[in-house]
Amino acid sequence: MGELTAPNRVEMGGSEAGFATTKVNDLLNWARKYSLFMYPFVTACCGMEFMALTSPRFDLARFGAEAPRFSPRQSDLLWVVGTISQRQAPVLRRIYEQMMDPKWVLAFGTCASSGGFYDNYTTVAGIDKIIPCDVYVPGCPPRPEAVIDGLLLLQDKIAHGDRTPRIVKPRADVVPKDLVAASDLVRGKKERRA
Amino acid sequence: MSQRALDRLKERFGDAVLETSSFRGDETAVVDASRWKEIAEFCRADGQMQFDMLVDLCAVDYPDRLPRLEVVVHLYSIAKRHRLRLKARVGDEDAEGAEIDTLTDVWSGANWFERETFDMFGVKFKGHPDLRRILLYPEFEGHPLLKSYPADKTQPLIPYRTEAEAGVPVDKLAPFRADEGMSFGRKAWSTEKDES
Ligand code: SF4
Repeated sequence: MGELTAPNRVEMGGSEAGFATTKVNDLLNWARKYSLFMYPFVTACCGMEFMALTSPRFDLARFGAEAPRFSPRQSDLLWVVGTISQRQAPVLRRIYEQMMDPKWVLAFGTCASSGGFYDNYTTVAGIDKIIPCDVYVPGCPPRPEAVIDGLLLLQDKIAHGDRTPRIVKPRADVVPKDLVAASDLVRGKKERRA
Repeated sequence: MSQRALDRLKERFGDAVLETSSFRGDETAVVDASRWKEIAEFCRADGQMQFDMLVDLCAVDYPDRLPRLEVVVHLYSIAKRHRLRLKARVGDEDAEGAEIDTLTDVWSGANWFERETFDMFGVKFKGHPDLRRILLYPEFEGHPLLKSYPADKTQPLIPYRTEAEAGVPVDKLAPFRADEGMSFGRKAWSTEKDES
């Protein structure tokens, strides 16, 4: 979660904006970041991982983002989950346009982020070609942990009023030392100590 | 198993069966495109053939052959439990003028397969009840599974955002690279013959 430790950049509303307005904005942003109503635009295999993500095991409710709304007018976070084909592009654009401000977009998976390995007549190479995108979560499909990283990244952005696109960095898996030793033993790399 | 079906086809149609081959129990007959429907009807109706199921219908593009396209059907007989593959060659060197009879009257399941083959390769099925694109949109130009269609050419339905509109580069952001995708598919095919 390297990105999350970026220094706080509290955006001041200019010299004439008083102390009170800044604080009100902070309060609003704080409220917004914990009440994200999501609109899942699920089109492909990433949907399976999305189902895992919204299951109790990963418990998205902890971050206040678990309530799905199947009307774009009631939601403020658009999850684009899966491949967007050229035929779907106008639909996605319209869904986005129907959402009320303030609204955010999260690209779930490599296909939504960049088209992934689809590079042909069928596929839009990344949803940012048609709508603005706030957070990209690479992975094919991304692990739920990576998506939660993405969600926290988004909350961080909301708190700071920051709209520049951000990408979830890959995390290295930490393998316990004794597990490494055990697997070396199995593969016959090391002699069993007497 | 279906060697007998192949023999029966040759015996009944003679010259209209241009080629036959057999590979590990997969029997294939290349037939005259002008007698396509007649042969299909025979395969379905004949007591020894009884191919009552159309498994698949598609086409293959061979850019350096003439006729360039091959329409392929896979047949299965539920009663006799044998299979047969029929092929017919159509189209000139630009894959234009590829026409063949529809099989929808023989197997009604051919309907959508033929629409797909039309969509992807531009083969026209004469007598098809509703020959429209099935997967792509009507605005699409060309037929994408022809080797002469550039592999990475897209035809967006809505204009992409420009950089000025977006305020950020709309090209792929790191770690996504511009060459993400099927680089092997960017090979350009030329249908022009070598002069030498
Ligand atoms: S990123 Fe992978 S898992 Fe997700 S939609 Fe694309 S191909 Fe499917």
